[in-house]
Amino acid sequence: MSILSVQNVSVSYDKVEAVRDVSLSIDEGRIVTVIGPNGAGKTTLMLAIIGLLRSKGNIYYHGESLSRFDVEDRVGRGLCLVPERRELFHDMSVFDNLLLGGYGLRDRSRLKSNMEKVFDRFPRLRERSKQLAGTLSGGERQMLALGRALMSDPKLLLLDEPSLGLAPLIVREIFKTIASLREAGVSILLVEQNARAALETADYGYVLETGEIVQSGPAADLIRDDKLIETYLGGR
Amino acid sequence: MTSDIAAILGIDGIATGAIYILVAIGTVLIFTVTRVIFIPFGDIAAFTALTLAALDMGQVPGTIGLVAVLACIAATMEVFGLVRRQEFRKIPIALLYYLVLPLLIVLAVWALIPLAPPLPVRIAMALILIMPISPLLDRIVFRPVADGSVLLLLIISVALHFALVGLGLLFFGPEGVRTEPLTSMSIDIGGIMISGQNILILVAAIAFSGGLLLFFDFTLIGKALRATAINRTGARLMGIRPTRAGTVAYLLGSLMAGVSGVLIAPVNTIFYDSGFLLGLKAFVGAIIGGLASYPGTALGALFVGVLESFASFYNSAFKDVIVFSLLIPILLWRSFTVIHSEEESEE
Repeated sequence: MSILSVQNVSVSYDKVEAVRDVSLSIDEGRIVTVIGPNGAGKTTLMLAIIGLLRSKGNIYYHGESLSRFDVEDRVGRGLCLVPERRELFHDMSVFDNLLLGGYGLRDRSRLKSNMEKVFDRFPRLRERSKQLAGTLSGGERQMLALGRALMSDPKLLLLDEPSLGLAPLIVREIFKTIASLREAGVSILLVEQNARAALETADYGYVLETGEIVQSGPAADLIRDDKLIETYLGGR
Repeated sequence: MTSDIAAILGIDGIATGAIYILVAIGTVLIFTVTRVIFIPFGDIAAFTALTLAALDMGQVPGTIGLVAVLACIAATMEVFGLVRRQEFRKIPIALLYYLVLPLLIVLAVWALIPLAPPLPVRIAMALILIMPISPLLDRIVFRPVADGSVLLLLIISVALHFALVGLGLLFFGPEGVRTEPLTSMSIDIGGIMISGQNILILVAAIAFSGGLLLFFDFTLIGKALRATAINRTGARLMGIRPTRAGTVAYLLGSLMAGVSGVLIAPVNTIFYDSGFLLGLKAFVGAIIGGLASYPGTALGALFVGVLESFASFYNSAFKDVIVFSLLIPILLWRSFTVIHSEEESEE
């Protein structure tokens, strides 16, 4: 059963079509990745799915069309985007950032238990809980962005370039966390330029070039594809 | 000038500044959450005074008609928008917020008038009646252009102020009012008499500013408001609706402006158009705070009050000129010292 089904979605900035006729689907509890070069339309696609950009075509979540729902409605239904720019609340503490992650929780008693789970997953955030988000290092900010997203008990996590600008050691840690989220039953759509790490983590992959899907298949197959290795994985 | 006169002017200035603090903090609150520089806050303060004066005399205040008309317009616009977007399931909630609640307030106040309630109840009635005006104006005027530039929103805000002055004349008439004093006591400190009214003004400014601070620090809604002010997109991604945050900000701002109106009415004669100067001077205070910092705004507003008090002693005719001329060096100073830009806050 697919949790998200994107059908023939196109997104335009004025007259320029950034995403053209894209279709993809994510099965429940799976990690699906969209890889592609800079400017391929990956972020645009994510923004359209969460509702920050208008799109043509259909997006179904649990079989229900999202077209009439705005961002806040989509978030309330269990979608959660961790954007490329993180969009943290820089002048607020780590604790407050996390708390606001759970703003939409109907059961407010879950705020505390979810916060504990996030702190267990990222002990660094517990140490820095009183620090302002704007003073964190790049890796810590990404942890906070992920932790804040997890506060809302998301069913589908949209991760946009989670490894962008991070040191290799931290990238490994972030991808380990992403893989562990699958065990926790969260479905994930992962957009990445770091194609190798993404394909190693994901179950299924799509390749997006100049706004169009040019290739797709199980991640294990894509990672062995000669053409892909040449283009995105830096040769054998 | 003797030290006695200086002390009297200082106390007077602090009391005036405290009034400006209430309006200025409301202005900053609205600006950070919605990007609207809400010029009509002074009008809201004046309308509260006029409402309280009418209630004091057992008359039906013009605010009742104003709120009812605004509620009908806002509800029609909201329902029309929802029908156009085919979001029919949201219509009952919209009607509840934009029509039923404001009309219930109107009816409740209207029903209480013949009972001649005591002063504290009349103040509460005036405040509760004034609070829906800004959120309704937000729905009618600002929501359709919410994504516009700050300059566009400011121009609309100025236009809205002039429209409100006209509506004020229509609903309240041209007569000035002065409400009965909230207290007649006074304290003698070191040979200087401090009126109870001035103490009340100061206490109210501290209580409401402190209350707002607690609201921001200890409630999830308060934090959501701050989050919306810091990063609108980030807030939306957490499921926080900027429009709803805006409504809460307008309600709180109106309450602050309303309280300042209640406090100023016994010491100044208030007309339907008296709010403009009050709002503008509070705005100067808010500018000193960079339209962002609450402590900076409070200090700025206090400074404006004290400056005005001393200026009126030296040359009463020029006191407004002196206060508003202050804007030029302040803006110059801010443009030279503040190097923060949006790009810097990004990663």
